Amino acid sequence: MILEKIKETFLDDVHETHECRGDLVALVNKEVIRELMKFLKTDPALDFNMLMDLTAVDYLDMERLPRFDVVYHLYSLRNNYRIRIKAGVDEKDLIIDSLTPIWPIADWFEREVWDMFGIKFRGHPNLKRILMYEEFEGHPLRKDYPHNKRQPLIGPKN
Amino acid sequence: MKTAEAHTESFLTSKLNNMIGWARKYSLFQYPFVTACCGMEYMATAAAHYDFDRFGAGLPRFSPRQSDVLMVVGTISHKLAPVLKQIYEQMCDPKWVVAFGVCTCTGGFYDNYATVMGIDTIIPVDVYIPGCPPRPENVLDGLMKLQEKIQRQKQPV
Repeated sequence: MILEKIKETFLDDVHETHECRGDLVALVNKEVIRELMKFLKTDPALDFNMLMDLTAVDYLDMERLPRFDVVYHLYSLRNNYRIRIKAGVDEKDLIIDSLTPIWPIADWFEREVWDMFGIKFRGHPNLKRILMYEEFEGHPLRKDYPHNKRQPLIGPKN
Repeated sequence: MKTAEAHTESFLTSKLNNMIGWARKYSLFQYPFVTACCGMEYMATAAAHYDFDRFGAGLPRFSPRQSDVLMVVGTISHKLAPVLKQIYEQMCDPKWVVAFGVCTCTGGFYDNYATVMGIDTIIPVDVYIPGCPPRPENVLDGLMKLQEKIQRQKQPV
């Protein structure tokens, strides 16, 4: 019912919908992400008022375009529904709209995704690293970052 | 009388180093630099059942300027490393460092972009207590090793 409603409203911008172990999943076009989230939050029947998680996945070497997925987990406190929204972001255009105007918590989540994956968020008020230090070069959770490449601030180099 | 006096004097001078060592080893003020799960084991050791206080190490100080043993308890990340070094430098001499848990000794099972591969790459370490996390018995063993070391060393006065 929920997925049908999203598909009716956003038509071709919803690439695919399915259920994964009882959870609803929708793959959408990143250009409509803010509009879609606003709809999911404000529509009285859906009422997904809580952004539980915002993260990203790097599909490098999986012969897949786009390379990254930004993944959103939403929860409706009133209806006890959950939904997962995925939006593909490619290396050539590493930017997606920020959700900070809709959920303030998106601020830190998006900073983490920027820090770990290097995906930018359009309209974010303060997009800087949150876990790593400013001197750190690169984005450690990308699959092409060597897993044990260390960048010490003091002490011996690597 | 004369011989007794001479004996007292010689006794004091030859044993002064030992006496200061004895006093110092039973008066350890630790700075607990606790960052991770090892902290639970540290607390267990400090609490009544295992009782750190038996060794004169009962009172943790939360200012490095008031403490003489730096207990580094838990994983140290590269982001945190400059802070740890600064804490160490803020402590007055004489001072000792205990690496508590395998992460502080060698980096432990972490081999990644974030973790320091042993705090001895940053600051000098006196006693290593391995374990993930170490049992309280192991911690007490490490503490006694530190006491032995303090007793035996040349005491800076």
